[in-house]
Amino acid sequence: MANLHTLRRKTVNVVMLTITGLCTFIAAGTLVYILGYLFVHGATSLTLDFFTKLPTPVGESGGGMANAIVGSGKLLLLASLFGIPIGFLGGVYLAEFGGSTFSYVVRYVTDLLNGVPSIVIGIFAYTMVVLPQKHFSTLAGGLALGVMMIPIAVRSTEEFLRAVPNSLREGAMALGATKARSILTVVIPAAKNGIMTGIMLNLARVAGETAPLLFTSFGNRYWSSGWEQPISALPVMIFTYAIAPYEDWHKQAWAAGFVLLTMVLTVNIIARAVLSKRKHIAR
Amino acid sequence: MAATPTTVTTSAGPVRPAPGYWQRLRGGDEAAYVITFMAAAGILAITGLLVLELYTNSSASRGKFGWSFLVTSTWDPVNDQFGALPFIYGTVVTSFLALLMGIPLGVGAAIFLAELAPPKISDALTFLIELLAAVPSVIYGLLGVFVLIPILREIEPSLKAALGWTPFFSGPFYGVSLFSAGVVLAVMIIPFIISISREVILSVPGDQREAALALGATRWETTWDIVVPYAKKGIMGSIFLALARALGETMAVTMVVGNDPKIKASLLAPGYSIAAVIANEFTEATGQLYTSALIELGLVLFALTIVINGMARLLIIGADKYKA
Amino acid sequence: MMKRVVKQAALIAALATGVASAQQILINAAGATFPYPMYSKWFDQYHKKFPNLAFNYQSIGSGGGIKQVTEGTVDFGASDGPMNDTQLKEFHGKHGFGILHFPTVMGADVPVYNVSGVNTNLNFTPEALAGIFLGKITKWNDPELMKANPGLKLPAADIVVVHRSDGSGTTYIWTDYLSKVSKEWETKVGRGTSVNWPVGLGGKGNEGVSGQVQQTPNSIGYVELIYAVQNKMKTGKVRNSAGIFLEGSLAGVTAAAASSKEMPDDFRVSITNAPGKDAYPISSFTWLLIPEKIADPTKDKAIKDFLKWMLTDGQTMTSSLSYAPLPKGVVAKEMKAIAKIQ
Repeated sequence: MANLHTLRRKTVNVVMLTITGLCTFIAAGTLVYILGYLFVHGATSLTLDFFTKLPTPVGESGGGMANAIVGSGKLLLLASLFGIPIGFLGGVYLAEFGGSTFSYVVRYVTDLLNGVPSIVIGIFAYTMVVLPQKHFSTLAGGLALGVMMIPIAVRSTEEFLRAVPNSLREGAMALGATKARSILTVVIPAAKNGIMTGIMLNLARVAGETAPLLFTSFGNRYWSSGWEQPISALPVMIFTYAIAPYEDWHKQAWAAGFVLLTMVLTVNIIARAVLSKRKHIAR
Repeated sequence: MAATPTTVTTSAGPVRPAPGYWQRLRGGDEAAYVITFMAAAGILAITGLLVLELYTNSSASRGKFGWSFLVTSTWDPVNDQFGALPFIYGTVVTSFLALLMGIPLGVGAAIFLAELAPPKISDALTFLIELLAAVPSVIYGLLGVFVLIPILREIEPSLKAALGWTPFFSGPFYGVSLFSAGVVLAVMIIPFIISISREVILSVPGDQREAALALGATRWETTWDIVVPYAKKGIMGSIFLALARALGETMAVTMVVGNDPKIKASLLAPGYSIAAVIANEFTEATGQLYTSALIELGLVLFALTIVINGMARLLIIGADKYKA
Repeated sequence: MMKRVVKQAALIAALATGVASAQQILINAAGATFPYPMYSKWFDQYHKKFPNLAFNYQSIGSGGGIKQVTEGTVDFGASDGPMNDTQLKEFHGKHGFGILHFPTVMGADVPVYNVSGVNTNLNFTPEALAGIFLGKITKWNDPELMKANPGLKLPAADIVVVHRSDGSGTTYIWTDYLSKVSKEWETKVGRGTSVNWPVGLGGKGNEGVSGQVQQTPNSIGYVELIYAVQNKMKTGKVRNSAGIFLEGSLAGVTAAAASSKEMPDDFRVSITNAPGKDAYPISSFTWLLIPEKIADPTKDKAIKDFLKWMLTDGQTMTSSLSYAPLPKGVVAKEMKAIAKIQ
């Protein structure tokens, strides 16, 4: 009878709705659990010492990660100096001048570079910078992170530039601007929000990278001056301290994780807010 | 950039000669083209250099072991015998486990968020889940060591009771294992699957849905029989992308996998992955052969991720055609 | 807005590079985790004494120490397994000059375990240890273990072996001992900083192994004594060559060093399984690996001065961390050897 069949279909409908809803609940719930656990554990382990002191000798309590926080900052600065200009300009090329086979190749290779595991990029930086220079350095670590920033910078720049309507470009040209001028003074400013948030997201992603730093920036128990010395970084400290047996180090690892995650998530939330606001501006 | 803009006439006057090369240069167009072109070419150069470095620095190992490197399972630094098989095995198994757990959850959640949930809830939950994608790997490792492994130790007896008859869940469980790594990886890749699959499903044209509903299909039937097949390629693409991510994951895996270069049938046994062994042993590989064997492992991983990424690209680009 | 951002970034960059660049000399070293608690204390004290000198020691394992000092990426290395002839040749080939070993302290490798219900020190015979690490003894209530621990209730649980996943001098000491007491071990596995372990999980560094054993029920691992002490872990007694079960201790290590043969000129010597009833069988020296020529004169002086301080003031700090100070004869010999560094 049609009724039984319909009933079955209706039941399946409800059941699958529930099951997929359950999947979502599990996925979202895991996130909430992870964040909650980290915030609780990390926040309770935060002390002023953590932000202001250097690491103490093994086994002694106290001590903090002041140098690791500054270290991560320096590495990110270097990474941006290296990765953002190349990525940005490459994105401009693809969006504004591209269209040939060359562009296709560039896009393909950029995707390739994006897929390279971060540890392999670490090997690259080791052979290119550490070995010839014969020491570990902030430079090597910054370079590794910079290479990781390139593909995302290219992609996001291209995407946001393409989103700028052609009418703006044509309007500028009609007023007599050269292509270069119109790109510089009209198109890029129009995509400004997207590009800036793209950069921020890029930085946030690279800030948490550990593997490429293991054998490039290496680690430093003291302040690192200049760019040629090994340097400490927050994610590497988390790794080192988490696998050690010292309770005090575990606490510091939680605190560091909390700081790192807060920073990363804040950037992500701000970026998304800016981007979604952009979507509502009528074109 | 340029100081002088090109002169422009707006009225139909006498025909002027086209701007000369130097004028164009000062106009900035050539310069802009050249600079951005160099940047794009630079990206090609960097990637090429990377592949070259990997290739040349692994020559000692490639020379000595040839293709048998990929199928040998000994990893003996004392006697300079190196084989990649245990690491390939561990990488593949942990990633496969991650997919096994991640695909049902991920695709299911994507379907729910795209098709079945009210828009406000969908947006909020998607936002939350996409934040998961931003969590750094080492933090997953941190949570893996202190939260996941104790939990797994708790549930292991029940797991053993249910599945202990299979070779996959036999043997003792130490907390760190291929299974633990698989679970951590699953949590890491689910946001990618959800995010991309949801986008793809949302991009399926509305008329397809409306046609199905008009014919009397239930919401689930519309989704499962009409929309999802339409979006199949894109969903497959997202899975491949997630796989590529899982293959290269280093920190989270090395903190929970057990670091034992052995091939065992049981998932509860400790294992090793390519990325994890490089991270652990690179700084101390004494001797030319040892280092080059590790770099060769990096080359293998690189090749693996290229292939998977390539397939993902084909599938997702194919799926884009459906965008309205 | 861009201008402001760039200006601010430049300011921060200048600050960051300027901070602590005031005449501080950074000397980079890497290597053994075995003496890391001692070294980190020494370098910290030395830095307090001479604030312009900073010794940045990264504990990445003896294998790492040997590798990085050979590559030249650190100024000196540290290892508890002396460099073998092949490694010495490789260093010489790369740099054109040799590398010197300087013993710093002596320590003990101790078996640590986490067995439910066992709160005392277990006795381990050499056969037991070899059997466990070869994977032949798989349960805690194996007869070999029960024999040495009469009256103790050992559970019928599987033994979880934990070893090092990185290149380790602690591993070298442990496998050197096992090679001496077990023919099967010597032929099957051998000695080295990184070996092909028959069984077990890998932990990174002494820190990783202690952490792993702490967290894994029914596990056994080997670590340097201070790691067991600092983490309040149960350590086992090992039977020495005179048949006596001894716990790792300062006295046991000192006795082992005393009863071993004459110290060779290059300071590379093994004191595992030493004769004597007070000798702890798994003892070892640990060395700093200093290149014969140091290019930078400031670093050269700083390192030589540190070595002299280490051999005098430094030796008074060892006992508080359960490391044994060097025998007087060795100290005198080393003082003379410092002159070999140019």
